[in-house]
Amino acid sequence: MKKPMRYIRRTLFFLVAMTCIMAGYTPETTHAFTPQVIQKGATGEDVVELQSRLQYIGFYNGPIDGVFSWRTYWALRNFQYENRLKVDGLAGFTTKKKLADQSKFDYGWVHKQIRKGNKFTTYGGVPKEKQVKKNAGRKAAQQPAAPGKNAAPAKPGQKQAAKVSKPRPGKNIPDGYSQNDINLMANAVYGESRGEPYIGQVAVAAVIINRVENPEFPNTVSGVIFEPGAFTAVADGQIYLTPNQQAKKAVMDALNGWDPTGEALYYFNPDTATSGWIWTRPQIKKIGKHIYTK
Amino acid sequence: MIRTVLIALLVVAIAGTGYWGYSEHQKKNAILIQAENNYQRAFHDLNFNVDALHDKIGETLAMNSRRQLSPTLSQVWRLTSEAHNNVGQLPLSLLPFNKTEDFLTKMGDFSYRVSLRDLEKKPLSDKEYSTLKSLYVNSSEIQNELRKTEALASKKNLRWMDVEMALANNKQPDDNTIIDGFKTVDKSSEGYSQTDFGPEVTNIHNAKKRNVSKLKGENISREDAKKLAIKFFQLKKNVRISVKETGKGSEYKAYSLTMYNPETKATTYMDVTKKGGYPLWVLQDRKVAAQKISLNEAQKQAVSFLNLHMKSKMEVVSANQYDNIGVFTFVNVQDGVRIYPDSVSVKVALDNGDIMGYQGTDFLTSHHERTIPPAKVSEKQARTKLNPKFKMMEKHMAIIKNDVQQEIYCYEFLGVLGDETYVIYVSAENGDEEQVKKLKEGEPDYSSM
Repeated sequence: MKKPMRYIRRTLFFLVAMTCIMAGYTPETTHAFTPQVIQKGATGEDVVELQSRLQYIGFYNGPIDGVFSWRTYWALRNFQYENRLKVDGLAGFTTKKKLADQSKFDYGWVHKQIRKGNKFTTYGGVPKEKQVKKNAGRKAAQQPAAPGKNAAPAKPGQKQAAKVSKPRPGKNIPDGYSQNDINLMANAVYGESRGEPYIGQVAVAAVIINRVENPEFPNTVSGVIFEPGAFTAVADGQIYLTPNQQAKKAVMDALNGWDPTGEALYYFNPDTATSGWIWTRPQIKKIGKHIYTK
Repeated sequence: MIRTVLIALLVVAIAGTGYWGYSEHQKKNAILIQAENNYQRAFHDLNFNVDALHDKIGETLAMNSRRQLSPTLSQVWRLTSEAHNNVGQLPLSLLPFNKTEDFLTKMGDFSYRVSLRDLEKKPLSDKEYSTLKSLYVNSSEIQNELRKTEALASKKNLRWMDVEMALANNKQPDDNTIIDGFKTVDKSSEGYSQTDFGPEVTNIHNAKKRNVSKLKGENISREDAKKLAIKFFQLKKNVRISVKETGKGSEYKAYSLTMYNPETKATTYMDVTKKGGYPLWVLQDRKVAAQKISLNEAQKQAVSFLNLHMKSKMEVVSANQYDNIGVFTFVNVQDGVRIYPDSVSVKVALDNGDIMGYQGTDFLTSHHERTIPPAKVSEKQARTKLNPKFKMMEKHMAIIKNDVQQEIYCYEFLGVLGDETYVIYVSAENGDEEQVKKLKEGEPDYSSM
């Protein structure tokens, strides 16, 4: 008698479990947005979720990169329009709730794909395996952090996993410039002025931008930086040092329009300046050790 | 015996060092020659470009019809840009050689604008024709000077590397031919930098020269500037402030303030105009912790900051998050029209919502009450000018600056073509498509791939 009972119990348990899954009570849908209102220009995990959910119901077909860009904006507006919500392109409480009701979001799976640099989509009704295109360029050393180990991170490979586990989504880049320009400028700023106060570093970056815009100089960032003799850091190779975060921040401020120099085109260190000519330029101001001139 | 061994060892050592030194020397020479070759190529290319430029301008002048100049003028434009490129590769930054570059850029702009114009409808004016003539004379002078330098350099077997080495060591080079030659070239360009290229080209390059002379108010003193800063940031007393005045070369007279707040460990920098005491820009330097507030929350902070400090009505036109920093751009709105030249930027820290930066120079230098004319072209007419595949999503009225820096009253259409988002400005005056801009999507972080 005992054996059939156990069999029935097992079947029952299995059935209940199945119903639970089918009704959507799986852990993957319990995750929902933080309370913030998400707007265009934002980056981060909430944007990843927003994009994944919009893609699940077919409104969004761009990359899931965590940057609330124009594509995401139009997708959200279309969603709001179809659902008779206020069309404002803001993901507020009502919009997020409507969206969460209609879609599913597997936090662990999506972030795993982002970590691994895979190309993936989250369309609803399509098996997940078919939506991933593995990134072949990644190093084999980073593979151990891969399938089925999300629950047990305390493994020997943990250190490596932790190193790559930071989500690496996309970025906002100021208009008219590329990531390349930013890196190159950060290198130049770091090489030229790493001992300077922050404002002095913004100033050096601003001079580079002022030169790009001036007809008397080359009209690209690389042209200005690598003009022979223009920057000492280029001449003595210090430009190839790895810049720190502060130099990058200074470059971002300058690219976003901050110019502490008052439109200067040259600067020099009065203690080490070798060219007499530079002293003849009309001086604007001194920031840190450098004098900025027209 | 020992002596023989020692001698043998020494001989081997000396021979080894000698060989090592010789091969190092060879390597160094190879690199020097490599660098020299690059300079030589740029220099000879420049000569070639200027030769061709001179010929092309001549051909333009020789043409009978002023209506068919477009092809030759586009050639001129191409050649100026190549010449400009080559100048940028020569080691001349320690010399005042900018006038030549300036001349090349402006000549390029001039030929570009004229060659694009519909010369059937608007042929070359007499003034432009005489500009072209003087450009011809000028280019021949530059050509002559360059040729002289080239001939002398090759006769005396001069090297660019020698010049650069001498300049780098702040010595007079043994032979000044190259430097003197280029100084003469630059002099001859300087004379013609006064050439009237017409208002369009002049405007393009005066755009950045901002002046604050239109501002109202009395000149303020250093102490006033300090008080102003304290009021602006609602500072407490324990903040250290230092004030410096800008020098003679400055486009506008201003005070530069540096404030250090020991409580927040933040250093704030600020420029205030001397006339009227208007804040030009503010920038704060401090460690920003991880993001705690949303971009949307930060935008509200920025808006209330502007409400506190500005009388004009401002509307946010762009918001961008860079890690734990939010940067917002606002433009002035007058009668429902976005005035793009009157813009300010605000930077907000996303850890506590503090204002970390304000950039108001553009606004201060361009803001004035504008009379906005009624649109001559209806929205419907304007929309017929758009690409039929462009799907319009949003519409605004706007005043923008076109590429010759004139303010134009426009319809601003935001929309999608394929996967990309574009903004298209159609003039409300005459229905011309003034500007089309592809808007940026987020970029993947290439450094982590």
